[in-house]
Amino acid sequence: MNYTVNEQGYYGQFGGAYIPEMLYPNIKELQQSYLTLINEPTFQAEFQDLLTNYVGRPTPLYYAKRLSATYHCHIFLKREDLCHTGAHKINNTIGQILVAQRLGKKKIIAETGAGQHGVATATVCALMGMECMVYMGKHDMERQKPNVERMKILGATVVPATSGSQTLKDATNEAMRHWINNPTDTHYIIGSVVGPHPYPDMVARFQAVISAEIRKQLKAQINRELPDYVVACVGGGSNAAGAFYHFLDEPTVQLVAVEAGGKGVQSGLSAATTALGRMGILHGSKTILMQTEDGQVIEPYSISAGLDYPGIGPIHAHLYDTQRAVFVNVTDDEAMQAGFSLSKTEGIIPAIETAHAFAALDQLEFKKSDVVVVNLSGRGDKDLETYIRYKNQQL
Amino acid sequence: MIYQPNPIRQLFIEQPQNILSVYFTAGYPSLQDTVSTIETLQAAGVNLIEIGIPFSDPIADGETIQQSSQQALQNGMNLTLLFEQLANIRQTVHIPLILMGYMNPILQFGVEKFCKKCFETGINGLIIPDLPMAEYLQTYKSLFAQYQLENIFLITPQTEDERIRLIDTNTQGFIYMVSSASVTGAKQGISNSQLTYFQRIKAMNLQNPLLIGFGIGNASTFQTACHYANGAIIGSAFIKAVGAKEGKLEEKIKNFITSIKAL
Ligand SMILES: Cc1ncc(COP(=O)(O)O)c(C=O)c1O
Repeated sequence: MNYTVNEQGYYGQFGGAYIPEMLYPNIKELQQSYLTLINEPTFQAEFQDLLTNYVGRPTPLYYAKRLSATYHCHIFLKREDLCHTGAHKINNTIGQILVAQRLGKKKIIAETGAGQHGVATATVCALMGMECMVYMGKHDMERQKPNVERMKILGATVVPATSGSQTLKDATNEAMRHWINNPTDTHYIIGSVVGPHPYPDMVARFQAVISAEIRKQLKAQINRELPDYVVACVGGGSNAAGAFYHFLDEPTVQLVAVEAGGKGVQSGLSAATTALGRMGILHGSKTILMQTEDGQVIEPYSISAGLDYPGIGPIHAHLYDTQRAVFVNVTDDEAMQAGFSLSKTEGIIPAIETAHAFAALDQLEFKKSDVVVVNLSGRGDKDLETYIRYKNQQL
Repeated sequence: MIYQPNPIRQLFIEQPQNILSVYFTAGYPSLQDTVSTIETLQAAGVNLIEIGIPFSDPIADGETIQQSSQQALQNGMNLTLLFEQLANIRQTVHIPLILMGYMNPILQFGVEKFCKKCFETGINGLIIPDLPMAEYLQTYKSLFAQYQLENIFLITPQTEDERIRLIDTNTQGFIYMVSSASVTGAKQGISNSQLTYFQRIKAMNLQNPLLIGFGIGNASTFQTACHYANGAIIGSAFIKAVGAKEGKLEEKIKNFITSIKAL
């Protein structure tokens, strides 16, 4: 079975580039040039240099003793929270800004949910002296205030998306419309493994550094390259794609993708795409999508802005379809509890997105010898308000 | 099925100039307005009608059509209902009819079932902005042809000549010439760079007729478009006109079309 993209931009039956003609020249340009560009030695040298000296890679792979004791197995945490700006998102924005420069683009646009991708984009734009505009759902701007302020300090313009549920899906719509209106001088840095081909593959390749490092670090620490489990949360799926990438063809490694169950899969307030969705087309790719019988996209819900998306990247749709990965979901409450619990057992406050991955550990049955890697995609600083509010509600 | 010359092609043979095509969102302003809108447009002298299938996430559309789509969905519009409303449309309407909408609702309805319904209803063509040409050629071309549906492609100021030629080869109704790098929406006026683009396309002498759309919204822009192409398509400006609070729907439609044809 092949889990990477084919020449037409498909993962099995998912993917493609369902874009209006207005975006055709931009997408075609990317399709034709992305592999050549990112494989150039000068690109790789600059990319690696920035990952090392600017982002702070490799990020540690940390053996979490107390958490391991709780679950009676060996749990390692891949510390993407220690990346500059606090999440894995910057691996991708570094890569894409270098692509944008080589394509001669002058301006950058992005969408953001939790604001981590927006901050990571604003950061690389500041670094490279490029103009930056970030679309963010109005609702998300309210629940991720610190990140809105960070983007502004970094010099980006933050534009509220006021349509629909005013979350990530709507911000993505607005960013795509902006790109249609400004096709020649602007590059759109998509923040996850979603969108038309080649975005899902390009973003996965930039995030693949996560699993490349995990293999090396496991080898160095326990003299085996392959874990038994890799666990990651899935909004669009970029941190999961990066954590899974170099294990896709290793059938002994169980890949676990964790979706946001919201108030519960059957509650009508959920973002558990594989549990609730079926094949459809959104934002330029054929994937699994939460939608009504008539094909209207359903407004998702999650306490975490970064997972509040009605689709998943086509690579994940394929991993689900072929059962290469198992998909589970956890509720808001389970995620919040897991976030508090990780804070107390390991001294790490995770992003609420990431807390979903930890909550899923309760649903898995481990053997004593199992080696489990959890991708700690981001830190929880941006979520303090949500943590505090949640705690106060529990009292 | 008996093959008949497609009415869209027939139209351009009979009237090669000043074609006025109007886009509206089915189920807007009210759910039951679809049929009367079409009939009134025909009576007002419109040559071609694009019936918009509302979608929750129309990425190629500006605010006006986003809002009309949202309203239509809230009103309860969907494809099943649309085909019910249009079931007898050919008893009163003889001008060519096109359905325009995004791919996902069509995919969920079932593409073959959709095409069959279109054929039975008397729909003559389709505009599906997010169905790329490669996908159409590979997967849907023969199906559309079987049900005598012309697939209309878009070109934009960024479309390269070679691709325009390819689109010209694979289109049989007309080519939808997007007037600027833009989502839909009524802007003011036509710029010099747009005129240069219109001139460039006109000089290509394509085999298909051309209709200019996006940003055409009054008599003057309509006239300009007609000077460079076989006619023009009006969408957002029409939606705004029928969305106005005051007045009866039929009156609003008649007045709007009269204002477009004023020059
Ligand atoms: C820390 C963190 N993890 C995960 C995600 C979800 O995105 P993805 O599924 O693309 O990794 C986000 C998105 O904002 C995030 O900030």
